[in-house]
Amino acid sequence: MLSNREIMETIHMISDENLDIRTITMGISLLDCCSESMETMRQKIFDKIAKKAEYLVETGEKIEREYGIPIIHKRIAVTPISLLAANAAGESTVLALAMDAAAKQTGVNFIGGYSALVHKGYTAGDEKVIHSLPQVLKETERVCASVNVGTTKAGINMEAVREMGKMVKAVAEATKEQDSCGCAKLVVFTNAVEDNPFMAGAFHGVGEPECVINVGVSGPGVVRNAVAKLGKNASFDILAETIKKTAFKITRMGQLVAHEASRRLQVPFGIVDLSLAPTPAVGDSVAYILEEMGLEQCGAHGTTAALALLNDAVKKGGVMASSHVGGLSGAFIPVSEDAGMISAVRSGALSLEKLEAMTCVCSVGLDMIVVPGDTPAQTISAIIADESAIGMINNKTTAVRIIPAVGKRVGDTVEFGGLLGSGPVMPVSRYSSETFVGRGGRIPAPIHSLRN
Amino acid sequence: MRAVITVIGKDKTGIIAKTSMLLYQENINILDISQTIMQELFTMVMLVDLSGSEAAFESVTAKLETLEKELGVSIRIQHEDLFQSMHRI
Repeated sequence: MLSNREIMETIHMISDENLDIRTITMGISLLDCCSESMETMRQKIFDKIAKKAEYLVETGEKIEREYGIPIIHKRIAVTPISLLAANAAGESTVLALAMDAAAKQTGVNFIGGYSALVHKGYTAGDEKVIHSLPQVLKETERVCASVNVGTTKAGINMEAVREMGKMVKAVAEATKEQDSCGCAKLVVFTNAVEDNPFMAGAFHGVGEPECVINVGVSGPGVVRNAVAKLGKNASFDILAETIKKTAFKITRMGQLVAHEASRRLQVPFGIVDLSLAPTPAVGDSVAYILEEMGLEQCGAHGTTAALALLNDAVKKGGVMASSHVGGLSGAFIPVSEDAGMISAVRSGALSLEKLEAMTCVCSVGLDMIVVPGDTPAQTISAIIADESAIGMINNKTTAVRIIPAVGKRVGDTVEFGGLLGSGPVMPVSRYSSETFVGRGGRIPAPIHSLRN
Repeated sequence: MRAVITVIGKDKTGIIAKTSMLLYQENINILDISQTIMQELFTMVMLVDLSGSEAAFESVTAKLETLEKELGVSIRIQHEDLFQSMHRI
């Protein structure tokens, strides 16, 4: 029999510490939607998504009510559209419109997979997808896009890096009326994973089954409170143990929800992503956990070490709690979505350079960073190149989701609203990377990629 | 299915009576019950069995929500598995 203390602990986590299931994401393969006609493909894509995900939102809401646990998002990830786009003549924008319409029909708030994988080079489909990004992110509401420009195995495609700098700028310009928020739906990856349930970078990889359920858990507030209860004198050994135990409990809940959703929808269970994903809500911040460990403010010296401990302990605790762990799994550090990060940037404690160091040990990369609107495309490309290098060399996923907000300067704040939060504009280096980015070609894969 | 009902709030007369009356009317069996005052708040935890109930989970939830407003306390009903999975291996 459960004790009252245990029951009240769970209730306290949900009601006071913002514990939630961040997302149930249904992955859907669109490979059988290929056709020589864009119009036929558009129709097939819409029909397939609408049919497969017909009961996704309803089922998610039912589980939410029965278990009394908030499930914040129900989302869809599809096969990278670049794999389909090459089959027919014409623009691939219509396929994005079909995704958007299917998202609205099924009631999900985001659909990911308007993606291209170009770490070694472009196919005709990749070109179509990448060149249509400004138009797609302007004309659709719920479509998320991603481009993988490097892997540890293949190296970094610097041609793609150069182009993505320009594209990020073009998307910012195309959506300037909404504070360039199109860029919040575009991720540039290195070592992208095929089963990530989190947006904006989710897509359904080619190694995935026909349809799958992936679940992303969250709970920075729970971890922060667990750390706070230890007091100031607890050693790092105790800190790590406590975070592991807390991550275990959070993940068990994610596993339960994933299993239930899979059973009720009759779709195989894929993975649980053990991430600590912050939201702008007070108390739901990863930065606050780091501060609770004893840093005056996030960004102070020691922040990278604190984040490394946190990221590793979350994985160790979570991996025991779930039968299959995947996705990005670790601590996210999106600036605009984390109240503690926002205030650290505002007070000058946290800089872009420190964030870059933190991405060496966090689960993803430079996320939701707002920079001045007049930042040159080459500088954005160079930021992407730095981040890709960290991912490639360290054999980890890195991502860049950066917003050069048109018309904004350092000191301004950009309001995205909702879970995307608000971002203070951060300064970038004023020195040019133009010649470096202009070289083109590929950075070769590192020596340790040759494992066979 | 078995569920955990928790009632938390300012102590007053009739909380247990009204909650258990509602469950009785819905033909829901109470398997275990405990009540205490935690941090000056009335706290009751009940384990109930809904399998004998004709009313669906959703209708009980709706009635508990009405009672919640009437009593001015917080009432939750949650599937037992949530707690089992978090606290038991």
